[in-house]
Amino acid sequence: MARFLAALPAWIAVIGLFAAWEGAVRFFGIREFLLPAPSVIWTATVAVWPMVLEHAWATLVTVLLGFAASVLVSLPLAMLIASSRAISAAIYPLLVVTQSIPKVALAPILIVALGANELPRIIVTFLVAFFPLVVASVAGLLATPPELVELGRACRAGRIQELLRIRLPFAVPFVFGGLKVAAALSVVGAVVAEFVGADAGLGYLIQTSMAFFRTPLAYSAVVILALMGIVLFQAVSLAERIFFPWSSGSEHSAPPAA
Amino acid sequence: MIRFQGTGKTFRGRDGTAVEALRDISLEVAAGEFVAIVGASGCGKSTLLRLAAGLAATSTGEVTLDGARVTAPRAETAMVFQAATLLPWADVLRNVTFPLRLMGRVAPDTEAKARALLATAGLAGFETKLPRELSGGMQQRVAICRALLQDPRLLLMDEPFGALDALTREEMSLELLRLWEARRMAVLFVTHSIPEAVLLADRVVVMSPRPGRIVDVVEVGLPRPRSFDQEGSDEFQRCARRIREHIFGQRADRAA
Repeated sequence: MARFLAALPAWIAVIGLFAAWEGAVRFFGIREFLLPAPSVIWTATVAVWPMVLEHAWATLVTVLLGFAASVLVSLPLAMLIASSRAISAAIYPLLVVTQSIPKVALAPILIVALGANELPRIIVTFLVAFFPLVVASVAGLLATPPELVELGRACRAGRIQELLRIRLPFAVPFVFGGLKVAAALSVVGAVVAEFVGADAGLGYLIQTSMAFFRTPLAYSAVVILALMGIVLFQAVSLAERIFFPWSSGSEHSAPPAA
Repeated sequence: MIRFQGTGKTFRGRDGTAVEALRDISLEVAAGEFVAIVGASGCGKSTLLRLAAGLAATSTGEVTLDGARVTAPRAETAMVFQAATLLPWADVLRNVTFPLRLMGRVAPDTEAKARALLATAGLAGFETKLPRELSGGMQQRVAICRALLQDPRLLLMDEPFGALDALTREEMSLELLRLWEARRMAVLFVTHSIPEAVLLADRVVVMSPRPGRIVDVVEVGLPRPRSFDQEGSDEFQRCARRIREHIFGQRADRAA
């Protein structure tokens, strides 16, 4: 109940925004292909909902696989970087290079190289999402207080033990900060990939809809994408609260956005 | 049991200049003896402990434990730091058992021992609390329990009460004495507080800074068990004055 009350102003603001939107469109008589009213978006979506659902599902699969790939790659990579100065010096510049390449530019190249299937889309999603996760995880692993590391050494812990039993748990709040960013970015990455080469997905839906001036459907896709990002973000927060209750209250985690 | 012989430690600074932290330290602590080390900041007290713990290597001379050179951390020593340095993710019980779990020395009765130890430290009922739910004094008690559970023969304490308020500090000193009387391991206790050193220790080692050297070793002839009532005694005053004179030198004379 307390949480519901805390969220109440946000809900009022969102509902108010949609109401103002609806009112403005009707009052000024704005044409549908320029800015559709929320009610029009809703009816357009409901009319073809199995198709919208299918596209949403395709995007969700790409998002989740790309997100999973970024987690699976980032954590071991972060541990590797944190464990040795030499490895860090070798890998970090490469990571920065991958970040400097616009992923939109990379997408068509990947699709030619890997074929028009799910794989290039997952790779683009992964490339967009993994970097903040690596950076946050490395920061966490290196932020372990020296006294804690010293305690481990006094208990004759080896480097692997130090990494797994002291640094890694300490980094958990940082990792979750990175996971939240990565979750939101996965949605961005998936849509970017779908713009370039896909025959399904919400990014594809936006492009095809706009090609035929079916603006309400494009808006519908945008709203679903936003919801997808929010749900993923909250899912990560929830996982943190359930599995690492000591972490979620700490000052290192990013503040919840929704 | 632990013995420093002509021990020196020189650190190399980032700019290449050598900083001599300790020079020619010779000191022996017998089994079951409580030795306090006092001195102004920068006299190398903490470095001395780190050498004893095997966390740092000597530059000259040597440190031996029961005749064997200390080159790496050993199972018979346990350390308490100035900050409690508890694991934020583990509850009190798991914090206390952490070193033993890390060293693979968990016995079937480890948990029962840990609970008993926490109870003697006044922490019964807090076993499942997280460190952040405890006060500073309680956190440091957990850290002391964590060290004691390792059943060390040598306990190294680096200003363990330095971060606590004065009242908690006094209370903790007496509690530490109680725990120590019950098991009587050798203790090397670094502190900034002269009364604390006199109250706790059999001998007080006075150090001078830059480079850290031992200037005096004061035998405290107060009977045990100790209490704060002894603070008014002549022996307590004699020891405190002697230590103070070494640390403040001429300044103390002029002020008196």
